Amino acid sequence: MSTATPDRVGSRVGPSRRSQLTLRTIALTYLGLLVAVPIVLIIFRTFENGIGAFVDSITTPAAISALQLSLLIVAIVVPLNVIFGIATALALVRGRFRGRGIVQAIVDLPFAVSPIVVGASLILLWGADGWFGFVDEAGFRVIFALPGMVLATIFVTLPFVVREVEPVLHEIGEEQEQAAATLGASRWQTFWRITLPAIRWGLTYGVVLTVARALGEFGAVIMVSAGVAGESQTLTLLVHSRYIDDHNTYGAYAASTLLMILAIITLLLMTVLDRKRHSS
Amino acid sequence: MATSTVNRPADASRRRFGRRAVGGVGPLGLGIATLWLSVIVLLPLAAISVKAFDNGIGGFIDAIDAPAARAALLVTVGVSLVVALINVVLGTLIAWVLVRDEFPGKRFVNALIDLPFALPTIVASMVLLSLYGPSSPFDIQLNATRPALVIALLFVTLPFVVRAVQPVLMEIDKEVEEAAASLGASNLTIFRRIILPTLLPAILTGTGLAFTRAIGEYGSVVLIGGGIPKKTEVASQYIQKQIEIDRFVNAAAVSVSLLLIAFAVLLLLRLVGNRASRREEQNA
Repeated sequence: MSTATPDRVGSRVGPSRRSQLTLRTIALTYLGLLVAVPIVLIIFRTFENGIGAFVDSITTPAAISALQLSLLIVAIVVPLNVIFGIATALALVRGRFRGRGIVQAIVDLPFAVSPIVVGASLILLWGADGWFGFVDEAGFRVIFALPGMVLATIFVTLPFVVREVEPVLHEIGEEQEQAAATLGASRWQTFWRITLPAIRWGLTYGVVLTVARALGEFGAVIMVSAGVAGESQTLTLLVHSRYIDDHNTYGAYAASTLLMILAIITLLLMTVLDRKRHSS
Repeated sequence: MATSTVNRPADASRRRFGRRAVGGVGPLGLGIATLWLSVIVLLPLAAISVKAFDNGIGGFIDAIDAPAARAALLVTVGVSLVVALINVVLGTLIAWVLVRDEFPGKRFVNALIDLPFALPTIVASMVLLSLYGPSSPFDIQLNATRPALVIALLFVTLPFVVRAVQPVLMEIDKEVEEAAASLGASNLTIFRRIILPTLLPAILTGTGLAFTRAIGEYGSVVLIGGGIPKKTEVASQYIQKQIEIDRFVNAAAVSVSLLLIAFAVLLLLRLVGNRASRREEQNA
């Protein structure tokens, strides 16, 4: 793994061997105390009573309902983000219109907004006293119901698909699409046969990021959830309520470990996809 | 020449039909994208911005000047500044070690840096509680203190500076450093005069992003921070509490303040970045 030969290390410029070791020690100690030790500890806590206890803890009715709700939200959010994300990316790359800079800025906006502000904004727009309060009065609950949680999750994941697809669209250019159009392909044919295959890896990468964030979102979702256990809790809300309401620290550790396993799978997927994307 | 003759008919037809044939982006596509962004992002933010000024500018100022609100904002900005400064030093140091140093397990350490971005924030809170919370095996009790806030925010902002600096450091031409060393420059001089100026834009970008992330953070501080008013309650927790008791104007005013701080920092970053890239062009 280490590629530097002793010879090269000796002749390199930069700090002496001793200060180099000092810097390395500082960096590794910091990362150890901040990331590695806490993560090893939480895994140890989760499995110290055996795998059975962990499995029991993440298969209680409340936990299964939380997993189902999290997956349901992902299943609604991903297709919406794919459709509208591609449309937005296409408009940004191929459209020449005034205010493109503004649209670009709006796409990045969710990264700069606190999740709690997202939740509060949605309440002030869709809540009973909000601008769109008539929707609530008409009997369609948005806030403290599934639609609100979906809207919150879309808000925080909106940039991913757009930002991953956009550069690929730039790169492939328009020649092939124009050629297809000249040969008589309809708009849909061009999209399905030319554009979509070209952007597939960028799109997949964006979807993976979206799924990860959708499963992990907490602040924005807790604001607009009714928070009833076994009914309107996602996995992240389950962690919170187990720790705060139930004083079930072990259960909170176990649910966290489940989410952490999902996060690590995501990281591995991203690494594989990144290689694919760059090789194709 | 040949390509331009091929392109010309397409260009002409594009002009005539408003580029209808290409990629499916006509006025319809643009309309859909605009509508989507408006409903999802713009309208909610517009609603909260208008709400913040429901009682006029005076009402807005009163809301953020209320003792608990002011304390929450000050704690948030203060702790985030500390976090940003620690990130400047240790983020740069970690990036340096990851690029210039060689040791067994380096790839593993490098992968570790991305973990805080991949982990849900509430999991970050639980992870840190296991070491720094009530059931810490080493009897470290930071629960509900400001240092706990700092640690939680350092965890979630870890990748920003490291990942901003790393690629720039890899690009740096070592020959300049070697030349400086052969001319008798000390390590500190080389770092200060050669490495640091090159890294500065990247460090600033990473720090700015870390700061904006820190001021809005909620999930990672909610369990370990304790949310004690005027002590460890951060702005996002204050907003959440005000919404719970239907004080919408208070919540909206503090939200808008957070947004304004974030925008100001991001704008500053862009200005600094532009200046730095201009200077680089002049030097080149």
